[in-house]
Amino acid sequence: MDKVIPYRRPEPGSQPDYLYEPYRSTVRRAPVRPLVFLPHTLSELSGPIYGHHAIAESDSDLTRQHAGEPLGERIIVTGRVVDDRGRPVPHTLVEIWQTNAAGRYRHAKDNHPAPLDPNFSGAGRALTDAHGIYRFTTIKPGAYPWRNHPNAWRPAHIHFSLFGPAFVTRLITQMYFPGDPLLAHDPVLQSVPDEKARQRLVSGFDIQVTEPEWALGYRFDIVLRGPQATPFEE
Amino acid sequence: MDLVPSPSQTIGPFFHFALTVDRALGCLAGPEAGGERIHLACRVLDGDGAPVSDAMIELWQADAQGLYNQPAFRGFGRLPTNEEGCCVFETVKPGRVSGPEGVLQAPHVNVWLFARGLVKGLCTRIYFAGDPANREDPVLALVPEDRRDTLLAHPDRENPGRWNFEIRLCSGSETVFFDI
Repeated sequence: MDKVIPYRRPEPGSQPDYLYEPYRSTVRRAPVRPLVFLPHTLSELSGPIYGHHAIAESDSDLTRQHAGEPLGERIIVTGRVVDDRGRPVPHTLVEIWQTNAAGRYRHAKDNHPAPLDPNFSGAGRALTDAHGIYRFTTIKPGAYPWRNHPNAWRPAHIHFSLFGPAFVTRLITQMYFPGDPLLAHDPVLQSVPDEKARQRLVSGFDIQVTEPEWALGYRFDIVLRGPQATPFEE
Repeated sequence: MDLVPSPSQTIGPFFHFALTVDRALGCLAGPEAGGERIHLACRVLDGDGAPVSDAMIELWQADAQGLYNQPAFRGFGRLPTNEEGCCVFETVKPGRVSGPEGVLQAPHVNVWLFARGLVKGLCTRIYFAGDPANREDPVLALVPEDRRDTLLAHPDRENPGRWNFEIRLCSGSETVFFDI
């Protein structure tokens, strides 16, 4: 019989509720019945090892995936992936996707009338190193309109997808930019009730990460759920 | 708790070029994997019964012996739903995984569902209709009896080896989702 150490559960308000009416698409998709509380078993505590093979250097440099350079403001996005006690999550897959500088996704169903950039795909992936650190070079994404409500605009953001060590640590989220006036108007970000938790999704400008005469640097640390303390640790 | 975990945000409608165009994984079990080979067809419907064509489904399962993370068995799959809200995985039927207090769990596949309009992924499980082990499964036992059927895949009458599983969102008859 395997010894199972369950993961800690999120604090109230730190994660969004499925139904958040200002984000209209939640209304016909959010569960209407209560979720069934599932004490963690081996199925939730194990997790896939995915995407570790065949990661090319250009996968983490989105400015070098085509013959020419993409248009826009070149940036570096880096950070540490840690658990809720600050311990690094090493060798885990980080996948990102974003619009180009004009606010357009390279996606057949994005019909925002902004130009595509032949030199920018907007998808990247990397593994965290032994210290939980990842790093991407990309260009700053643009804001874009959507039809959620009159005059609705998504703030510039980068989508992040992470696995972590277990099925329960799977996280898909978005990174925002500091000082963006659209943050206060964005129902996607505002779906997170707790202000401190929302701030976790806003990257910080970092002059130490910034490379002279090359690219501005942003720091974006990601905190995944961690296991409950073992009796020994307590 | 020292640090607040990062909040979840929706996957949005525009993930395909990054996550599923050349990074989809429809086959969870390589040719060397032992066990009964099956196709697992998943279909996602919204609160109006309309197909959800912009979802991503990830599956995680044990091998035929009930073991996770085996060298010859990846056990992980990821596919986008199509215009009919469907995607079909190829795998082997999982074995029984150890559960709480030494009780074996019935064969099941763990599911993450991501889509526009879901601010967090939805977690559910696929069990196999008619499996006698379902009666003693400790997780199914947590589910109100009249909702357990929503967690069952059913054999396809016309295609032997194919199992069909429906994920219904946002209705009184919705699939059971788990708080993990």
